[in-house]
Order: sequence, then C-alpha cells, then structure tokens
Amino acid sequence: MAYRILEKEEIAPSVHRMVIDAPDVAKAAKAGQFIILRIDERGERVPLTIADFEKEKGTVTVIFQEMGKTTKQLAKLSAGDSLEDFVGPLGTPADIRKLGTVILVGGGVGVAPIYPQAKAYTSAGNRVISIIGARNKDLLILEDEMEKASSELYIATDDGSKGHHGFVTDIMKRILDSGEKVARVVIIGPPIMMKVGAGVAFPYDVEILVSLNSIMVDGTGMCGGCRVTVGGETKFTCVDGPEFDARKVDFVQLMNRLAMYRGEEAKAVENYEEECRCGLH
Amino acid sequence: MPEQPAEERRKNFNEVTLGYTKEDALAEASRCLACKDPKCVEGCPVNVDIPGFIQLICEENFEGAIERIKATNALPAICGRVCPQETQCEARCVLGKKGQPVAIGRLERFCADYEREKGVKAPEAMPPTGKKVAVVGSGPAGLTAAADLAKLGHKVTIFESLHKAGGVLSYGIPEFRLPKEIVRQEVEYIEKLGVEFKPNYIIGRIKTLDELCDDFDAVFLGTGAGLPNFMGIEGENLNGVYSANEFLTRVNLMKAYDPEYDTMVRHGKHVVVVGGGNVAMDAARSALRLGADEVSIVYRRGEDEMPARREEVEHAKEEGITFRLLTNPVRILGDEKFNVTGVECIKMELGEPDKSGRRSPVPVEGSEFLVPADVVVIAIGTSPNPIIFKGSEGLEQNRRGTVVADEETGATSKCGVFAGGDVVTGAATVISAMGAGKKAAKAIDAFLKEK
Repeated sequence: MAYRILEKEEIAPSVHRMVIDAPDVAKAAKAGQFIILRIDERGERVPLTIADFEKEKGTVTVIFQEMGKTTKQLAKLSAGDSLEDFVGPLGTPADIRKLGTVILVGGGVGVAPIYPQAKAYTSAGNRVISIIGARNKDLLILEDEMEKASSELYIATDDGSKGHHGFVTDIMKRILDSGEKVARVVIIGPPIMMKVGAGVAFPYDVEILVSLNSIMVDGTGMCGGCRVTVGGETKFTCVDGPEFDARKVDFVQLMNRLAMYRGEEAKAVENYEEECRCGLH
Repeated sequence: MPEQPAEERRKNFNEVTLGYTKEDALAEASRCLACKDPKCVEGCPVNVDIPGFIQLICEENFEGAIERIKATNALPAICGRVCPQETQCEARCVLGKKGQPVAIGRLERFCADYEREKGVKAPEAMPPTGKKVAVVGSGPAGLTAAADLAKLGHKVTIFESLHKAGGVLSYGIPEFRLPKEIVRQEVEYIEKLGVEFKPNYIIGRIKTLDELCDDFDAVFLGTGAGLPNFMGIEGENLNGVYSANEFLTRVNLMKAYDPEYDTMVRHGKHVVVVGGGNVAMDAARSALRLGADEVSIVYRRGEDEMPARREEVEHAKEEGITFRLLTNPVRILGDEKFNVTGVECIKMELGEPDKSGRRSPVPVEGSEFLVPADVVVIAIGTSPNPIIFKGSEGLEQNRRGTVVADEETGATSKCGVFAGGDVVTGAATVISAMGAGKKAAKAIDAFLKEK
C-alpha cells in the first residue's frame, strides 16, 4: 500500500506543502483533524495536521517545517514519490458552528491548521477575523488563502518586515479591547505561543481554544503517549483532542513532554545530515 | 525443549525457545496414549484434533499432521508458542496426572515450523457465496474469523488501524517470544485464502460501524482491548513513564531495538514495570534486552496470584528480573527537567478474601520505600478502545466498555454485527480470542445462509 505525493512545493524557507493521494482520508476529513504518516518501513510515525482536503479529488494537503530527521527526509521527496503509510483522519473534529464573531490566530506553521478552520467557520456563517504571523515576511504562509477564507485578515511579523511589528496576540488584544463581541478565540502555533497567547486572552469573557501537538505512536488512543493534563485530568491529545479549552491546559507539562526525545532527535538529525553529506540519501 | 541460555538471551531479541528437532518430536509424540475419549481436545478453545495430529507425527507424516491442525486452527505456529497449554489441553492430559503431560504445544509448533520451512500450501476454499463480510481488527480473533469465513466461500475484508496486520501479535508480544516473521507468514496464509487486508483504515474515523453494516452483509468486531489503563497516581505523566502498550509498540512493531529504525524509546538503566501479567513480563524482558542494569516487576499481590503464565515468570526470573511482590506504587518522582527518577512504593499484605474469593492486598502503614527508576512501564491492563463505536448506534456495551455478545455465537445487540475476543471479554489470551473468532465465523455463516 502506498500513498502517492501529487504535489510538493517549498512555500517558505524549510516549510513545505505536500498534496497526497489519499481518497479514504479525504472523504472523511474535517477541519481540526490530523493524519499520521510514515515514509518507509524503518520510519517513525509522524502526526501532521490536515491543512486542506478535497473530497472529490481524494487529496489531502499537509504543511510541515523541517525540524527532525523525518521532516528533513520528507522534504527531500518530490511529486511522484510515495509514502509507505498515511492514516487518518485522526482526532476529534473542531467544534465548528455558528457563534457570531470568531478570532483565529495562527503562528508560524500553525497557520496551516488554522486555514481549514477559517474556511469551515466562514461557511458556518461566522464573521471570521484571522490573525497570522511569523518571524519575518519570508516565513509567512498561506496569506492569499487566509485572505479569501476570512472576513478580515491581520498580519504580524516579529521583525516588522510585514504587517504589525510584534506579536499576533497584540492584534488579538486590540480587537478584544475594542469592545466587539467575540464568541471564541482559536490559537494554533508553537506551544509557547499558545501558552502566552491564551494568557493574553484569559482576562476577557471569551472562549479560548488551542490545538495541541503531542508525541504519539498510533493516534487512536492505544499508546497513551500523548497524555496531557486538562482541568486536572489526564486526557489523550489524539482522541480527546487535539482541541482543548486553553484555560484548562497544563502547558508546562505539555512543553516538558514534547522535549522527551530532544537529545535523541538532535542526534538523529546529526547522523542523517552526515549521511546526506556522504551521499547516502 | 532447547532454549537460548538465559545469560545469552537477555542481550538479544532472538527467540528464546528453539523448538523440537524431528527426533525430539517423534520421541514426544510416541508418549501419547491416543485416548478413546481425549480430554485434551475439550481443553482446546478451538478443538484441535490433538490425538489425530500426534498419531500422524508418529507416522512421520508431518504434512498430514499440520493439515489436521489447520482444519480447525488457522494460526498453529503462533498458538504453539503463546497458548497457555498448561491450563488448557495439557492440563487435561491423562499422563499429567502422574507425571509430565504430552507437550502438545511444542508438537503443534514443530508441525507448523516444519510446514513453514517446506513452504505453505494455498488452502482450498469452498465456491464463492457472493456474501461480503467485514472484519474489524486483524488480531487473533479477526484473523481466525476471517480465515474460517473465507474457507466457507465468503468474501472477507479485514480493516486494521495500524500499518501492519496481527494486532497484539505484532505490536504487543515481543520478537523473542513470537518472531514477527512467523506472524507475517500466518497473515500471508490468510491472504492466500482470498481475504483482503486494508491497513491504515480506522473504523470510527474513516467509516462508522453503521456505514460498514450498509456495505457488508455481516460485520465481525475483533478490535481487542487496546486502551491502556493508568493508575491515576502522582507523577504518572513524567517523561520516561510509558503504558505497556506504548513501550511494547515502540519496541516490537516499530523495532526501536534495531538501530536501523528511526523509532525512539528510552533505554532505561533502572526500569520498574508495574503489573503481574504476561504483558508485564514482556515489558520487563524487553527493557532488559534494551540494556537495563536492573529491571523490577512491582506487583501488589503475591506470586501465586500473578496472572502471567508460569513459563513467562520462570523465564523472567532466569534472566534476572527482580520481583517486588506485595508491593504497590504510591507515586512517581521526577527531577526539575520532568524526567522520572523513581517510584515510591508501599508494602502490601493479603487481607480477608473478597467476594471473588481472592485475598485482596491492603497497604502496610508506614512501609513506604523508594525504588530508583529512569523508565517506568505501567502494565496494569487494558480496556476496549471506544473509537470503533464513534458515530454508530445500537451496539450494547457494559460498564467496562466491553461489547455485550452471545458467548456461543458472538451475536451483538446490533443485527448482523458479531463480536469476539478481548473487545467482549476484556484483556484475555490469544487462544480464547481465536476460539471466539471461530464460533462467530460459524454463526455468521449461518446468519448469511438465512439472510
């Protein structure tokens, strides 16, 4: 069983968009869900959020940043190549319904999972205010797509090379302060950004959701590796989430757990790059 | 039966037991009394014709012997290795009353291995019936049901959520107890019967059970008990604390012991495994093989109460696993970097017998002590995974999350849906799941004929 890569594009430095032929997954996919892929027999099972899907074409789009060995290896594949495994859709779909005004905040590669949510909230009849950000303008992704999918789009970059010079949460705070009635804020990005961002929104009377990324094996509740404490209870990111009430998430534990294999990961990248230099890949 | 010496095998993942030679098998087979009323067959959940196949071994007709076994058991190489024969067929053997029973499991394994070396023949199936059956889960229950249904001429599709077939045979039971090549070949045999296998296909996510019922004439649920139980004690989410499911899946299915694979797992120096079942033994012995200096089993009752097979406990002891019995974890301790450093335990003593007749353990006050650990594996049991039920209706379950099914037929409260194995009983043995798969296949065949 193999899953063909139909398109592959570097949309920002070290950030890639890949369209996969996976009709079963595409047919069932909903915003907020993720997939797990494995490049080959010896590869890891890596969870990635679904960035887009087309039911008729039977395709699923993922967007990933080169971080560890597997994502670096994945970045080397091209259209026409195949993945050994591609399973999904996993996770509970985002709870999308008509709420009124919704603010969607995406940081870095976190804009990828925000995009299908923007489309879904818009088609559910919400006023969608999206705020996307990155370290600089080159790292900003899906700007045009987000523009189309949202009622309003704001941009922030850490270095001020595009849009607001500062954080996405500065803009979010400004909107919340403006007195506009906002029903829900969804924040997706690196854990530290979600922690800090949610903290900014805490004082306001608004529902705050975050979508977590955890280390996991199967994605169906079998391994329990993705344990996260939410409201004092242990939850599994893969089946109970990935979306949770930000006010209840133990972000410190989440970040600590994500660091579980940091040493091993660095070593794996080092070995892989050494092998690449020797022309083995 | 010859096996790798303990000193040797604790450093590798190769199979522990080495199997009979032809001479061993002939000698052992000749001990069988060929009873007129064989009790051993009654002890077998799938009723293998035991005296029949043993007689064929005596005649050196090994092909005939394996054929006889396979008439009722689709997975003999697996059963010969992991069945608890000592409480089933061998427990009923007349010879066992005064001495050693006939080593039925070892003889079964010999026949299966003999056939594998010669090359497995494609079995004959009945003419196609035109009926379609979906089997959810490719563990022992699902594989057995699929094999029997395919032999009866039904078109069977197996849906598996992981990338590889076998369920617990692939992700749970370690290589050194059940080589994965054997599982692969048994699955291949079932594919030769015409069974279609769909990996990476999660019922409850891609399709609901209700949709499956629309697409197929009958459905068999053999989804097992895949959800790990945790204790709910302090420190359980520290880094280095694993469920047995995760630890074993990383090691077995994802081959973390092989440096050629990218799978990560912590190779602990001081490992504590909590639990007293076969899974706990598997986790402890795997941790040892990953290079641990000390591995201990922490179990709250005594040795006699341990649910693990005798043979597994003995193997673990020989390999140097420490048994901390009548001991229960109270909390797990960690350092400032969130890594586990030890387990605080308390001594237990056996109190008055409870309703089940088992003496339940009670903590001895003030007896707390610390066991240093950099990896902790929780092996205290599993429950059925509820993902399968998402979006479907009408399937009755009990409080423990297991599916309510008729013991003889596997029929559930939902028309056309049958279930068997751990999803019905809660975590049990490979062979009891196979037995349930077998009974359900028979009932499904009858259901399809009436339909």
